Amino acid sequence: MFEFIQYDFMQRAFIAAILVSVACGAVGTYVVIKKIVSMSGAISHAAFGGVGLGYLLGVNPVVAAIPFSIVAALSMGAVQEKVKISEDTAIGILWSVGMALGIIFVNLKSGYAPDLFSYLFGSILTVSNTDLYIMLVLDLIILIVVFLFRREFLGVSFDEEFSKVVGLPSTLINMLLLALIALSVVVLIKVVGIILLIALLAIPAAICKQYTYDIRKLMISSTIIGAILTSLGLILAFIFNLSSGATIILVLGAALFISYFIQE
Amino acid sequence: MSLNALEMKDVSFSYNHQQVLEDINFTIEEKDFVAIIGPNGGGKSTLLKIVLGLLTPDKGEVKVFGREPKKALDLVGYLPQHTHFDLDFPIDVFETVLMGRYHGMFKNYTSEDREIALQALKDVDMERYKDRQISRLSGGQIQRVLIARALAREPKLLLMDEPMASIDPEMQNSFYRLISHLKDRMTLVLVSHDVGTVSMHVDKIACLNQKLYYHGPAEEAGEGLEEIYHCSIEHISHGIPHRVLRKH
Ligand SMILES: Nc1ncnc2c1ncn2[C@@H]1O[C@H](COP(=O)(O)OP(=O)(O)OP(=O)(O)O)[C@@H](O)[C@H]1O
Ligand SMILES: [Mg+2]
Repeated sequence: MFEFIQYDFMQRAFIAAILVSVACGAVGTYVVIKKIVSMSGAISHAAFGGVGLGYLLGVNPVVAAIPFSIVAALSMGAVQEKVKISEDTAIGILWSVGMALGIIFVNLKSGYAPDLFSYLFGSILTVSNTDLYIMLVLDLIILIVVFLFRREFLGVSFDEEFSKVVGLPSTLINMLLLALIALSVVVLIKVVGIILLIALLAIPAAICKQYTYDIRKLMISSTIIGAILTSLGLILAFIFNLSSGATIILVLGAALFISYFIQE
Repeated sequence: MSLNALEMKDVSFSYNHQQVLEDINFTIEEKDFVAIIGPNGGGKSTLLKIVLGLLTPDKGEVKVFGREPKKALDLVGYLPQHTHFDLDFPIDVFETVLMGRYHGMFKNYTSEDREIALQALKDVDMERYKDRQISRLSGGQIQRVLIARALAREPKLLLMDEPMASIDPEMQNSFYRLISHLKDRMTLVLVSHDVGTVSMHVDKIACLNQKLYYHGPAEEAGEGLEEIYHCSIEHISHGIPHRVLRKH
């Protein structure tokens, strides 16, 4: 029954499931409680520009996506601060402009882009050791930053005006949080892909938020729930030979639905 | 030499070309207890936000204890009129109040910070609820928690924008008792519509409606009040002891 655990690619996939869950628990929690899910969706789609750039320059698309999505996230933050444009509009624009850039970059590189699909829809079964190392390093950065700035992130998420009044550098902290979201996006890309990513980032925290009001418990439980559900999706995808990214997302969606039901 | 708690010189402010404050000259001495009154839209909340550095005036100079507003934030406490937070947010009462003790990045809250926060909760009679998630409080209880958050800062200048909104009469009385203790320690500025109650407690009244019409002893505020509310004192001071708002 559990013979699949013997395969190297399955072992890597389970490690990847755990690594994405750490990002979901730490950053997904802020995304949910600060209500910036759609902004995070825009950042994830913009990351496709980075993937395309990676193809064009011949570097690992995941690596190229790191600076690209950070820049996209920060410009999003800057636009909100400086320009009189509604957040909603900015999200929509970033969303499609980032994708369009990615497509053009891929066009510019003549020839066939072999695994482009895996960046769009994810393919946890093809995660390489390099991918795992990148995810691990990004996870560590995320955890360190969240630990160091936990008071500030809590402050700007809860009551931005008051955090300014106590001298908290709210602009800087908002930017830092957007950068963390960009890093989480990169952690998640290979597993569920750009298009499905936002559900994986938000659902574990959305589930756990119904059961706890303690942000630390929320982060830890989201990480655990995320790891369990992602692994479950992975196993189902393997057994029924389905697309892994989509299966994981559907498992998450079903779990969210059931959890609301239980809560009622 | 003692610095004034607040000095505003020729301060004007507008939101997208709509003039809200015009040539405000306003000085608050240390340990003063001032009430700012004025009609809705008179610019009271805007004025407080300028003092806090949340808004920057179009012209004029603002000094809080001789410093730029943004450089004086460690001396200032604030109770906002409206809060924008999500009530479902995962935070409890104590943590909310503890945020008033924030003193910079990488600085952990000390045990002293925690004691001060707890004392602030006791001051507003809310320590029983310290572990409660904020969504499970009533509106008035939340207001008390926010008062505690402002007090926990131990400010030298405490700005309160309509603190008595949704506070029951019993708590109002104990609030004014509390305030009278704080008076020796800090400068207090309170925005209120309740001219009657306020003028019994404060030293000075400022009447604000785009311009500052009056600023002086509470007993003599009559004319300023008439001017800003465009109606006679008898009308607005209904039920107010005569000592407070007598005709001159
Ligand atoms: N963010 C804003 N953008 C544009 N105009 C604003 C904004 N906030 C306030 N105003 C306008 O500025 C004026 C003053 O508002 P303010 O909130 O300072 O009044 P207030 O004296 O506090 O009134 P109230 O007694 O109702 O609290 C009002 O005319 C209001 O319409
Ligand atoms: Mg107001």
